[in-house]
Amino acid sequence: MIRFQNVSKIYNSQSAALRDVSFSVDSGEFISLVGRSGAGKSTLLKLLIVEEKPSEGRVYFDKRDVHKMRPHEVPFLRRRIGAIFQDFKLLPQKTAYENIAFAMEVAGKPKTEIHHDVPLVLDLVGLKDKGNNFPRELSGGEKQRVAIARALVHRPDVIVADEPTGNLDPINTWDVIRLLIKINEMGTTVILATHDKEIINALSRRVVSLDKGAVIRDENPGRYILS
Amino acid sequence: MITTLKRIFSAGFLNFWRNGWLSTATVLIMTITLLVWSGLLLLNVVMTGILDSLASKIDISVYFSLDAPEPAIKDFQQKIQQLSQVADTEYISRDEAIDVFKDKHSGDSTLVASLQELGSNPFEASLNIRAKETGQYGSIADFIDKTEFKNIISKINFAENKTAIERLSHIISVTRQSGLVLSLIMAFIAILVAFNTVRLAIYSSREEISVMKLVGASNWFVRGPFIMEGTLHGVFSSFFALSVMIPALGVIGPRFNSFLPEINLISYFYGNIWQIVLLQTAAGVALGVFSSLIAIRRYLKV
Repeated sequence: MIRFQNVSKIYNSQSAALRDVSFSVDSGEFISLVGRSGAGKSTLLKLLIVEEKPSEGRVYFDKRDVHKMRPHEVPFLRRRIGAIFQDFKLLPQKTAYENIAFAMEVAGKPKTEIHHDVPLVLDLVGLKDKGNNFPRELSGGEKQRVAIARALVHRPDVIVADEPTGNLDPINTWDVIRLLIKINEMGTTVILATHDKEIINALSRRVVSLDKGAVIRDENPGRYILS
Repeated sequence: MITTLKRIFSAGFLNFWRNGWLSTATVLIMTITLLVWSGLLLLNVVMTGILDSLASKIDISVYFSLDAPEPAIKDFQQKIQQLSQVADTEYISRDEAIDVFKDKHSGDSTLVASLQELGSNPFEASLNIRAKETGQYGSIADFIDKTEFKNIISKINFAENKTAIERLSHIISVTRQSGLVLSLIMAFIAILVAFNTVRLAIYSSREEISVMKLVGASNWFVRGPFIMEGTLHGVFSSFFALSVMIPALGVIGPRFNSFLPEINLISYFYGNIWQIVLLQTAAGVALGVFSSLIAIRRYLKV
């Protein structure tokens, strides 16, 4: 479903964020990308959602090279990929409800569908009563759950989560991870980038380890091993 | 499509409302910009009025010898009027000239008495010629010099006033040009200030813009609300600019009238009020919308 083929990303001649990375992700998989900060996890995810372009190689989503898409096709790709970030990236001027509804509005979904679906996902992430709160009125864990709800609401094929627990305490961390597992069990592919050893070892799913921009290990089930 | 448009509209309104302070500041700056523009416009009206009234006071007069037959003078008038440079001509016959003189000096009994003493009318008939532009008097005078009517003309006062007329017409054209240049510079500065304010407002939303794009919004879906906000900024600032201008004119207008009676600012303003309102709103909206469009461009590249 997703395939990285000989992908390199070079920011300047001294440092390469990614070097000749190749692997693929099947539909319905739960895969973790692990590695130290700067190993290239985030860059890989950014390449997938066309936030950045690779210096070399190709990134395929459903057999299409996402970097060969025309600019007007990119929004449609992004609506099929729900993205979750370490810093939540919520719209500060919109309430939790509006933040989630926004993802459906951009896809041109009718009002009735929005009114139906948003409360459902709010309930799913356990924030039924916080719909009218602005992000500044929510805790870190709550913000991340709003972000997950937003990523989920248009029923994407893939959820990419870039260090989603980086800013959260252990309890909230596990809430988020449990949510991701639940989402995966409902059939959505999940790509989780993290450097949290405990999470990886507890998950016991496929693990792709990156070091200095290169894949050093790809095991299923894998563990957190960085040498 | 209609749902999308509706969403863009309501998002624009909502942003405008929730960004209260930023909106206020932007509207304020744009109001000042529009006031500068309108001020420049009115200043131009005043300047044009002053210069036109000065220009209309310039003319050349051709005096005809006492025995010149009236039909010949009429022929001459017709010929002059056909010149492309000539705006209008005014014929003053000998009888009219003496009447004007008598009216003017009716209180001066010695002058009237000496006229009677003279027995005949000493005044020459004359033709006042006004050119379309002040720079054209030279060529009109040259033309008159070469006509076959030369023998009935006793004098042309252009030669006498030549330097004064030329200097005045030079001053008028320089003033017009420099006024135009100055207005353009001022208007440009005002645009830059307003543009930068909008840019700052959009800069503060750059994170939001990238989030919208990452969630899968198309460029127009992101731009739309900002354009809507720009429109609202334009409409509001035009409203505020007008509500400052109307009372200000009420105060300035009458004072102005007392020393420049030819120019009635207030009647000009109310005579053209709809054009001014429309122009100002259009300028405000265009400024708001274009500034937003240009400022947002770089942040859409996500």
